[in-house]
Amino acid sequence: MDITFSSDFSAYVAIADVTFIAFIAMTLAGGLVAILAKQLIHAVLGLILCLIGVAGLYAFLGNYFIASMQILIYVGAVSISMVFAVMLARPPAEVKQKSMRLATKIALGVIVGLFTAATVGSAVFAQHWSEAAKVTKGDTPVEIGVGLLTHNVLAFELISLVLLIAIIGSVVIAKRGRGTGTSVGGEEI
Amino acid sequence: MIHPTFFGNLEVYLLVALILLSFGLYGLISRPGLISMLISVELILNGAGLNFMAFNTFIAPDKTEGATFTLFVMGLAAAEAAITLSIAVAIYRRFRLITADNLSGMKD
Repeated sequence: MDITFSSDFSAYVAIADVTFIAFIAMTLAGGLVAILAKQLIHAVLGLILCLIGVAGLYAFLGNYFIASMQILIYVGAVSISMVFAVMLARPPAEVKQKSMRLATKIALGVIVGLFTAATVGSAVFAQHWSEAAKVTKGDTPVEIGVGLLTHNVLAFELISLVLLIAIIGSVVIAKRGRGTGTSVGGEEI
Repeated sequence: MIHPTFFGNLEVYLLVALILLSFGLYGLISRPGLISMLISVELILNGAGLNFMAFNTFIAPDKTEGATFTLFVMGLAAAEAAITLSIAVAIYRRFRLITADNLSGMKD
């Protein structure tokens, strides 16, 4: 799909470009905060910023349904449950690691991240991505829903099963630690 | 006719997704805590979803596929986050710490 606009809209396209850059900056800044913050709650907040930026990029891709789902599922559910877990678990400050091991880990992380970025990036950007000949189906919620109940129905049912198992499993795991044994839940640990 | 400088190009989206992937890999390796690693995994999954949506918008003939895949990625990420967070809370109750390095022995 080649995105072009009439020349009458050049000012609007410029404004949209600036907004797009702002969303990219929001995404990358949020990602940086998410992986570099010392306090875990700051990392979760950075992740929320990053997810909102990605939702904006989805909106720029023209799919408002996925953008709203991103806000609803990620920002509304996943991040909030992370905030709850951070509050419940009250993690120790991660800076109290032995500094040599932490430095080794950071060096390893930088190496792996840069290596992956270089290899995948060189493969992706060397490719010339050609467009499809013609669009057979659009991306409206109606067509996505029809697809979910016709030719994607197996994946749809499987993911509902996965979500059911995840709900039951998380309830069982979180409940087991509370009150059944003598060495858990109390202060004697 | 004018072509938008940034948001009409597939490569810009791919670059953002690539940076998200490398951020996530860096965090997954360098951060010690379980919840920090979960945050990094979410970054990687978001990069994957952004890639799916970008390819879907620009070059896919059937534009329901990428959106469906992105929805599945979101559902799997939600399930994975629920499981991981409950495991983190259970481990915290038992061991009083949730750093992954100290969890080699799960049975006390």
